[in-house]
Amino acid sequence: MKVSLFITCLTDLYAPTVGMAVVKTLEHFGCEVDFPADQTCCGQPAFNNGYPEHARDLARRMIEVFKKSDYIVTPSGSCCAMIRDHYPHLFADDEVRQPEALEFVGRTYEFIEFLTKILKVDLTAYRLPEPVDFTYHYTCHLRGLEMTGDPCINLLRQIGNCRFVPLEKAEQCCGFGGTFATKYPDISGAIVRDKVQCGNRTRAHVMIVNDGGCAMNIGGAGHRYGSTFAVRHAAELIAAALEGGQDNARR
Amino acid sequence: MPAAELHKKAAPPRLALPVFVPDFMASASAQSANESLHTALDNSVTKKDYSRRTMLAALPDADALRALAGNIKRHTLDHLDYYLELLGKNVVAHGGQVHFAADSQQANDLVIAIARRTSSHLIVKSKSMVSEEMELNHALEAAGLEVVETDLGEFILQVDQSHPSHLVMPVIHMRAVEIGKVFAAHFKVPYTDDPPTLAEMARVYLRNRFNEADMGISGVNFAIAETGSVCICTNEGNGRMCTTRPRIHVAIMGMEKVIPAMEDLPVFLKLLARSASGQTLTQYTNIITGPKRPGEHDGPEEFHLIIMDNGRSRILAGDYRDTLRCIRCGACLNACPIYRKVGGHTYGSIYPGPIGALITPLFNGLAKHKHLPHASSLCGACYEACPVKINIPEMLILMRRDQVRTGIASRAERWIFGLWTWGLRHRWSYWLGQAVQRLVLRRFPAKDQWIAKLPGPVAGWTRARDFPRPPRHDFRYLWKEHQAAKKTTIGRGQRHE
Repeated sequence: MKVSLFITCLTDLYAPTVGMAVVKTLEHFGCEVDFPADQTCCGQPAFNNGYPEHARDLARRMIEVFKKSDYIVTPSGSCCAMIRDHYPHLFADDEVRQPEALEFVGRTYEFIEFLTKILKVDLTAYRLPEPVDFTYHYTCHLRGLEMTGDPCINLLRQIGNCRFVPLEKAEQCCGFGGTFATKYPDISGAIVRDKVQCGNRTRAHVMIVNDGGCAMNIGGAGHRYGSTFAVRHAAELIAAALEGGQDNARR
Repeated sequence: MPAAELHKKAAPPRLALPVFVPDFMASASAQSANESLHTALDNSVTKKDYSRRTMLAALPDADALRALAGNIKRHTLDHLDYYLELLGKNVVAHGGQVHFAADSQQANDLVIAIARRTSSHLIVKSKSMVSEEMELNHALEAAGLEVVETDLGEFILQVDQSHPSHLVMPVIHMRAVEIGKVFAAHFKVPYTDDPPTLAEMARVYLRNRFNEADMGISGVNFAIAETGSVCICTNEGNGRMCTTRPRIHVAIMGMEKVIPAMEDLPVFLKLLARSASGQTLTQYTNIITGPKRPGEHDGPEEFHLIIMDNGRSRILAGDYRDTLRCIRCGACLNACPIYRKVGGHTYGSIYPGPIGALITPLFNGLAKHKHLPHASSLCGACYEACPVKINIPEMLILMRRDQVRTGIASRAERWIFGLWTWGLRHRWSYWLGQAVQRLVLRRFPAKDQWIAKLPGPVAGWTRARDFPRPPRHDFRYLWKEHQAAKKTTIGRGQRHE
């Protein structure tokens, strides 16, 4: 199966190892991964700030760059939601582009969604070298993709040595919201402090956050105010389990 | 209506909505640091949000019900002229009187005129957001009339001379200690903060007022066009007292409150209390059709329905028509992470939270409240909570767009987004942008790969949390290496080197 990676600008620059964990996982399950190097940004910041024309320019570019791809997989929930929720509307008045956009949307998947819906992977045979308690933040934009919570938690729970601890107010936004975080730092800060406190109360080792922006926000607040957990993308946990190899002796 | 025109027309000489807290940023900063407010709100609104979820999940298909409610509202708004006329006709047919008010001033004048004509001096009021919008109490008092709020929360606010901070829980910002102080001063009794004692004080006082009142004023949750009835949902029973005990009943509604037929009402009743407070129904659901009829013992002699526009027809004509579907349940406030941190007053007007962030600028003009559409993380919790499926985040984005189009957004911001987009149109400029970011950011002092202080446009970020130092190599580099080796494991380097 041929899969093209849409890495997103934040992951590219700030969390490249998350990208590599995605690559490793997909390759492990037999995907032929490629990375169209012309990709840049999905246009989400422009769209959310009220510049739909700019977003349309970048959307057109995205569709062009991934024209030949069978599947497009991205590790960032909000970028995937941008494509799925807004690309069709961006080209609502364009008879030529809209079918292209819809077709592109149909080929685009968030990483966990791709693992569970398309690859239908089973991780029960794998285990982490050390026991890890993880908690899970419901990144907002995965909600619209109906990928909130359960699919990812259930997938990670299949891994040996991997124990789920529920997070209080798990579905409450982390306060990132793109430019919101810098424009309204006091409000955003109060919200993310709440998230860090809830995370600390779980006593989990790891908080799974499947979005580049939310991860930067919660990670940065965790470092500022003191957190007892590390922020990780699900791909990092899965890749670590895969590295341990199959665990046939288990159960 | 084009955005430019909307913006121009949205600046009337007198504000359609009174503004109590003009400085959004100052209030937001203060409340964001107010941890006792956060705890209080978590114990009230966040809990209500969870009750709502539980109640809706117990319905066979809550999502379909919400869609139905939204569609009924959409249909009614699309044919609002027809349904308002039908409503008016049927109210009159049942012996009531109907008045249309173009704005809040006219609506206030109508109430005062009815009071004068009927020699009413003492007026009891049940909770109504539209009366807050009109600042009705001020108008009545200025006209020499005595008015008493009878909803416990609204009564506290009236005594305290302050404003509601939530659509259905108006005193959510006050603690029992504060209410105790207010009551001790007002009733001239020894201080207590025991909630049952405080409630009893109000109850005894209000009981007498109900008996003495000449006129009762209520809001309207739903007005049923087919039958000319108004439906009023309350939990304290004060609404029933206000609408039956006095000689005159005046019901006031915004013109969007009409629904076509009685068969539509259960759809909304099923959703309203569940969404607002996690109840199956409010304690009291009153359906009132006209005044007392000949031979009947109870009920008012006169029933008046005031239908107020106050800018709603302008909203109806524009891109934000869906906001008029709102049934004022407050579910979006309860679900909102921002509301939970800044409280209701920060939003400036009596309509707080996500729906307030939309309708306050729509009433008063986009330029007057330029922060409101931006002070949202667009998390979508409000849309998910809304019983009539108002896509609030989508409309906040639309409003940001209209700010750009009408020049409310700063020139600098427009320039930055233009440049940013241009940079992302080419592979080389994207690469350059990322490289410059990395080069610059890696020069800042960092602890454990986190930067504590940044200048310029990202200073806001580090005001609230640390910023990640970009690792030496980006994904593109790691990918190339991976391709070259094809055997690389992911353990290469830590997350931030």
